[in-house]
Amino acid sequence: MAWRIWQGRRIPLAWLMLTRQPVRLAVALAGIAFAGILMFMQLGFRDGLFDASVTVHRQFDADLVLMSPRTMSSIGMASFPRRRLVQAMADPAVRGITPVNWGLLLWRNPDSRINRSILTIGFEPGDPLFLDPALAAQAEGLTMKGRVLFDERSRAEFGPIAERFRAGEVVETEVAGTRVRVAGLLNLGPSFGADGNMITSRDTFLELSPGTPPGSIELGLIRLLPDADPETVAQRLQRQLPPDVTVFTKAGFEEFEKTYWRTSTAIGFIFTLGAAMGFVVGCVIVYQILSSDVSDHLPEYATLMAMGYPLPSLLRVVGREGLLLAVLGYLPAYAAGLGLYALVRSGTNLPVFMNLDRALVVLVMILVMCLASSALAMRRLADADPAEIF
Amino acid sequence: MGIVVSGLCHSYGKGTMARQVLQDVDLRIDPGEVVLLTGPSGCGKTTLLTLVGALRQVQQGSVRVLGQELAGAGRASRQRLRRRIGMIFQGHNLLRCLSAEQNVQMGADLLPGLSYRARRDLARQWLRAVGLGDHLGKLPHDLSGGQKQRVAIARALAAEPQLLLADEPTAALDSRSGRDVVELLRSLAREQGCAVLMVTHDPRILDVADRLLRMEDGRLSESVPEAVG
Ligand SMILES: Nc1ncnc2c1ncn2[C@@H]1O[C@H](COP(=O)(O)OP(=O)(O)OP(=O)(O)O)[C@@H](O)[C@H]1O
Ligand SMILES: [Mg+2]
Repeated sequence: MAWRIWQGRRIPLAWLMLTRQPVRLAVALAGIAFAGILMFMQLGFRDGLFDASVTVHRQFDADLVLMSPRTMSSIGMASFPRRRLVQAMADPAVRGITPVNWGLLLWRNPDSRINRSILTIGFEPGDPLFLDPALAAQAEGLTMKGRVLFDERSRAEFGPIAERFRAGEVVETEVAGTRVRVAGLLNLGPSFGADGNMITSRDTFLELSPGTPPGSIELGLIRLLPDADPETVAQRLQRQLPPDVTVFTKAGFEEFEKTYWRTSTAIGFIFTLGAAMGFVVGCVIVYQILSSDVSDHLPEYATLMAMGYPLPSLLRVVGREGLLLAVLGYLPAYAAGLGLYALVRSGTNLPVFMNLDRALVVLVMILVMCLASSALAMRRLADADPAEIF
Repeated sequence: MGIVVSGLCHSYGKGTMARQVLQDVDLRIDPGEVVLLTGPSGCGKTTLLTLVGALRQVQQGSVRVLGQELAGAGRASRQRLRRRIGMIFQGHNLLRCLSAEQNVQMGADLLPGLSYRARRDLARQWLRAVGLGDHLGKLPHDLSGGQKQRVAIARALAAEPQLLLADEPTAALDSRSGRDVVELLRSLAREQGCAVLMVTHDPRILDVADRLLRMEDGRLSESVPEAVG
């Protein structure tokens, strides 16, 4: 079968038509690659920003998370009684709990003395908090009051904290007007709602944020026995607990936060619009190139028709030109996308990675762009009248 | 087989703008015959050729080509018939992006059931037959006018046509290479038993014809036969 197809192959007319006009081909490929890069960047930023909104959420060592129903997002966490978390312990599937305080406090840059909002997480230093064991190793340092762990990937505006700490200096500053000392460094990364992060004990947290009653928490982490199904337990707990808490699975907890940013900001719209612009620009360029290519070759197409080639076989040549342009244009766009993502990661700490989904989305967009343009360019072939070429 | 035309009329334009170009043309060409058609400019020679070549819809009268009636024939059946008709144009009409060999293979590709290699070999064979065995890989751009026209002949013949139509094939050539091309055309067509209908203004090549036709104001008349094949 394959041999038969190989035997029946034809001269690759579409390929030759494109490659024998290298300048036009280069312009077309540059246009397609440009459109592809634009789409990669816009979609990458969009997804990266949404992913970045849960950089801390993702770290939690939890199967279920309790939140107040009044909480809409991580930038405005409402509190609920810590008792609810203890009540959840009664469920046979629950293995352990961690009460967590969460709030935005003002961190003073020790050099410039300018205050910036920093995400502060408070927990009992003996409790499991993050999946990353690096935190547990440093948690002991928090048992002393006024000690904090500082996220070294926080934005530079918080001051050269990590450098000084590494150099062995005692790094102190004020948070919400109270003196704190850096007891260690963490590696988390900024998110949407917070330019920097720090972790402290609950005692210190309550001292820094005097408005919070000692029996209140913002998050309740629940770990389940290995054989328990998080969905089922979440539904059960939701039924048993009073309505002043909402039970999320960990995935649901992350999704809740992302949904907030997706729906309450124009970010998704803006970046999707940017990607659509890339698509439209690409369409225009490819259509221009293909239709002028068809026009230029019109006498040749008419000759082929006069020789007895059926019109559909000529339409396929134009279609194949579109397909070739799509594939040839996608490759540089993909390569440039990889490079630009690396640049964005190092420049902004945003977690923008090339994933299969986005690679496929852009590929499909470019294919649609090129095939739609070639379908439009095919209409020009209708002008090829073999009777007019003698 | 061959060509049988009777009572063919053709006009361009519609209504009061209509202009009759062919008037009651009768014509018969047998297989293997080489027929030359001459006449003043604008008398309708090309129009006749496009009708016989199944490139244009027949309006009135009957045109039988290779056993098929073209009056009332649809687009698809005309396209299928064209595979059996070789055409050589005033300009060479080669595909600019293809080499000489690939251009000829576009003709051979119309033959059903041949492998790629067989079609390519056929193309090379035809190029050698027109004396271009050394120019297989050249683009039309790098060939002279006479060479291009010979590639066009090889392309037309590679599809093994039973009828060859040529419209002033020597118009763009100097007289020497024009003569060469026409003689080549005739001898190859003879070998294939292929009928030839050729329009020409060139008085120096009239002697290659079995029969000479003259057209004047859309009417056809037999000329004095000169050469006998
Ligand atoms: N597509 C067309 N639409 C309208 N008129 C046409 C068309 N093609 C040809 N004609 C007219 O029909 C007449 C015959 O044209 P045709 O091309 O058949 O002549 P010809 O004998 O081939 O002339 P020449 O020797 O100059 O090539 C001419 O007057 C021409 O202007
Ligand atoms: Mg003419």
